[in-house]
Parts: sequence; structure tokens; C-alpha cells
Amino acid sequence: MNDTLTPTMLYLDGVTVTFDGFRALNNLSFTIAPGEMRAIIGPNGAGKTTMMDVVTGKTRPDDGEVVFDGTYDLTHLDETQIAELGIGRKFQKPTVFDSHTVYDNLELALKADHRVRETLWWKESASERDRIGTILNVIRLTAMQARLAGSLSHGQKQWLEIGMLLAQDPKLLLVDEPVAGMTDVETHQTAELLKEINREHTIVVVEHDMTFVRELGVKVLCLHEGSVLAEGTIDQVSQNERVVEVYLGR
Amino acid sequence: MTTHILIRSLDRSAAIFLIVLAAAAIVVPILNMAVPETSALHVPTYLVALFGKYVCYAILALSIDLIWGYCGILSLGHGAFFALGGYAMGMYLMRQIGTRGVYANPILPDFMVFLNWKELPVFWYGFQHFPYAAIMVLAVPGALAFVFGWFAFRSRVTGVYLSIITQALTYALMLGFFRNDFGFGGNNGLTDFKDILGFNVQAESTRNALFALSCVALMLGFLVCRAIVTSKLGKVLIAIRDAESRTRFLGYRVESYKLFVFTLSACMAGVAGALYVPQVGIINPGEFAPGNSIEAVIWVAVGGRGTLVGAALGAILVNYAKTYFTSGILAPYWLFMLGGLFIGVTLLLPRGIVGTLHHWTALRRARLSAAAEDGVAAPPPEPMPAE
Repeated sequence: MNDTLTPTMLYLDGVTVTFDGFRALNNLSFTIAPGEMRAIIGPNGAGKTTMMDVVTGKTRPDDGEVVFDGTYDLTHLDETQIAELGIGRKFQKPTVFDSHTVYDNLELALKADHRVRETLWWKESASERDRIGTILNVIRLTAMQARLAGSLSHGQKQWLEIGMLLAQDPKLLLVDEPVAGMTDVETHQTAELLKEINREHTIVVVEHDMTFVRELGVKVLCLHEGSVLAEGTIDQVSQNERVVEVYLGR
Repeated sequence: MTTHILIRSLDRSAAIFLIVLAAAAIVVPILNMAVPETSALHVPTYLVALFGKYVCYAILALSIDLIWGYCGILSLGHGAFFALGGYAMGMYLMRQIGTRGVYANPILPDFMVFLNWKELPVFWYGFQHFPYAAIMVLAVPGALAFVFGWFAFRSRVTGVYLSIITQALTYALMLGFFRNDFGFGGNNGLTDFKDILGFNVQAESTRNALFALSCVALMLGFLVCRAIVTSKLGKVLIAIRDAESRTRFLGYRVESYKLFVFTLSACMAGVAGALYVPQVGIINPGEFAPGNSIEAVIWVAVGGRGTLVGAALGAILVNYAKTYFTSGILAPYWLFMLGGLFIGVTLLLPRGIVGTLHHWTALRRARLSAAAEDGVAAPPPEPMPAE
């Protein structure tokens, strides 16, 4: 990738989303650089999930610009087109295909031609099998690959979903609350996992768990009432008066 | 490429199903025609026709299972596609009557003469040719499903809303077909057929041939469905059923997938209707009645949705029960039984008959493999939790 041509991976400028008069996003602007990992924090209703909905095409903003990879205006594209451009998303609630095996979940997520006819005649190649094997290793689910995804534990489902993102091989990963409901050990492992993934992918991670955010050790963006309240390292942000007031508490 | 899809799609129950069907297609006509009537093995002709009808219902059930069981599209109007296929075949059969009709008009079917029509309506053109009619059997239901699906799936109409509009679709068609000026025989529909491809539709041999053909059509339909559900496309369909928006975020164009199976399923339903009409000898707007479509959904639920074999089995079982119970003293209670059956299956057997069998085998296999993996040092197996 030529960094001089694409100085930003994701660029939001003045994005506003209103639901029945409620401003979920209020003139939100920020940029994410290629290869960066960014943590987004903020109280409930700050607009974190709405921001992800806007970037992935689920919600159309009333106003503002969303540019991906320096060229694509995302406000005019739908979910499928945006996914094809290379933006992957992990939902807040782990969403995997329960009645498919772990392996099949990854196979479905694998980057491929997703049109109907091509999918009907699709046959897995050896390199694709290897790639799924590698991902299974990364997300530590190799031993479970033949199990139905519905039978996995909560934490394992979260990882499987992250694995599906990896299989998609997106340029940008949006990860919504990856450690919600995880044990401390799992949380730690997830932080390691994300750092590993970050070596090749740009990541935006929304999370409430401050220990986890601290462990990631990346730049933090705090949202409040639909716009940016503070931005900086975790220490800078957590010492910010306003952040303490509205989010962290004294 | 085709061979690997065929091999992959055949598991044990699929193979048994196909063998039984093939055997039925060969053995039943022999038992009917070659075995003397006095023999205990003789199959009376009325049973051949009856089971031929059931097999057509099984094809309809299969088409519903493909979209409902695998893709989560609950169509409560699939009877419309069945009836349209039936009408296309009925139009061919009407044109074959020729001068043998009551009014002996070489071109116009009786009901048109009766209505004082002077010319054959344009949409009846070509139906005297079997190949054209055969194409229409697929094309008319397919085109309607495509247009309907294109609008519905693009607007992301799902769940109960989609079910309701499919129901409205078949109801609207029923009202249309009831009208005399619609051009399809009004409430009498099309009947009084004489021959199909030159053979007398009433003849024993024709009935046997139609029965065998229906079995072959069910086998083919089954193979097509199996090939689809065992391909990656089939996995995508299940993914759509389980988590539609997840599938979308993975980059699959969900509406195209739905449109594909919905259209295919409508074509299959059309074939079922086309085979049904010469065997029952009539097609009328009653076939569009919403109740018919709902009944077909019940067959699938009873047999086990998402199993294909179960759908076909459910159609045959429920219809056999219907024939049995509506011909005795229990006749007035059949609808209560049908309703009770649906409630009972939903409450007690949510996977349906075949689905429950599959589930049991899967549980046993899982227990066996777990035991094998754990080996000697394994702790005593835990009791299976109650479902």
C-alpha cells in the first residue's frame, strides 16, 4: 500500500445521524491512519455503535462525509459493497452461524467471489484450507473446528467472529466490544490476538473495559453525545476533566 | 465438476430415498398392470393415481423446504406457483381436446364457446404444442417468483411480513382466476381432458406412466435440492437463515441468494402442479386457495424442515392420513386433526419426524466419538441433558 497516496484509512467529517430528533451522532469527525489500531470509548448512547453502523452502510448519515481508503465515499454504498471494499465488522453480541461448524463459519467468511453462481460451483482449494488452518490456530479453535458454532462458549464465539473477520481479510476491522462477558484470562488473550492482527490490519475497537483498552496500549478516542470529547493516549484521555466527569467517574 | 457435486450430495438417507423412489416408479406400475387383479399383490389403478398425486405434493413440499428449511423464507403462497404450473399444463390439455369437446370447436375450448368468444386470446397461443407448454410450466411460476422476489427481497421484506404478502399473492390470483373474463375457465377451471402427447389421460397405462414420471421428477428435484444445499451456496442459505445481517457484512448479496432459491423453488412447484393436473383431471381456482399453501407448509413441518427427505415424506404421510380420515366417519373432524397435528408437531416434535431422527443419530454419534476420544482415562460419561 502506498501511504503517501492514502494518508487515511478512514476519514469521518461532520457526520450527523438523527433518530426521531435524537442526535445519535453530532458533527462527528476523526481520522484513522493505515495500520493504526484505535480504541473508542464512551458512555452508553455516545454513538459508538451508530458510528460503526454508518461506516458499514447499515445507517445512512443525514449529513457529513465518510471516506474509506482515501477514495471511496461510503455514504452511498450498501453493506455488501462496503464489505467487498474491505471493511469487516464484529458485532457487539457475538454473531456467528450457530448451525454451521467452526470450520464452515470461517469458510463462509473467506475472501472469495461471493456472487450466487460462483458460490454454487465453488470448491475449496488447498491454499484456502491452509488459510483456514492458520486462522484456526490464531484464534485458538483448531481443536474445535468440527464443532457447531452454536455449542461454543461465549468467549470462543467472540474469537470465532474475529477469526471470520480475518478470513475476510479486510483492510479495516471494526470490532465492537470484543471482550464483553469474557473472563480476565480471555480478555488478556483477546488483547494479544488483536495486537497480532494489527500487524497486518487497521483496527478500530470499541470497548468499555478500561483494563483491556490500557492493555492494547493504543491511541484512544472518547465519544460523548455523538461527538469527540477527547483524543490521545489512554493516560491523557483518562486524566481529561470532561472524560472523568461524563464517563469514568471520579 | 458435476460429479463431485453429485457424490458430495448423496448421504445415506438421500440414497435410500432415491432407491425407494426408483423402485416405486418401476414396481408399482408392474404390480398394477402385470399382476392379475385377483392377486394380493395387485395395486388397483385408483391407488396409482392417488399416490401419483401424493408424489406431486411431495415435489411441492420439497420446493417449500428448500426456501423455508434452508433459507428461512416462509412462503404461505406456494400453492400459487403449483397452480400456475397446473394451469399451464391444463391449457395444453384443453387445446388437445380439439373437436371432441361439447361444442366441437377445433380451436376454442368449450368454456370460450360458451362465453361467446370468437377468437382465442393471445396468451392461449402456442399451448397446443407440448414443448411450449412445458417451458411455460417452468417460466410462468419462475417469472412471477422472480418479479415478486425482486421487489420483496430488495426492500428487505422478511419474516411474517413476507409470509403475509405471499398469502396475499395467492389470494389475489385466486380472485383473478375465478373471473370468467380472465380467460382461464372461471370457477370451473379447466377439465374434461382427453389426451396428453397422444395418450388417453384416463388410460391405465397413461396413469402408470404419469406416476412413474412424477417419481422421476421428485428424484430429479431432490437431486437438484441436495446439490444446492450441500454446496457452499447451501451453507450461505443457512447462514442467511440464521444471521442475515452477518451474512451481508461478510459481503454476500443476500437478496440475490434469496431470489435465486425462491425462483428455483417456484419452478419446482410449477412442475409439481403440471404433473398433478393430468392425474387428477382438473385444475380450478380452488388450487390458489390460501389454505392449500398453508397445508403444504404443515407437511414440511411434520416431516421435518431442512431435511428435504422429511418434506417429501411429510407430504405423503399427511395426505395419506387426509385421504384415510376424510373417507370415513371421522370425515367432519379432519380439519381439527390437521390443526391438532400442526400444534402437536410444533410443541412436541419441533424438528419434525426426519429432523428428530437425524438429531438422535447425531447425538449418538457425538457420544460415541466423545467416548472414543476420551479413551480409557475418560471420566464416566455424563447423562444426556433432557432436550
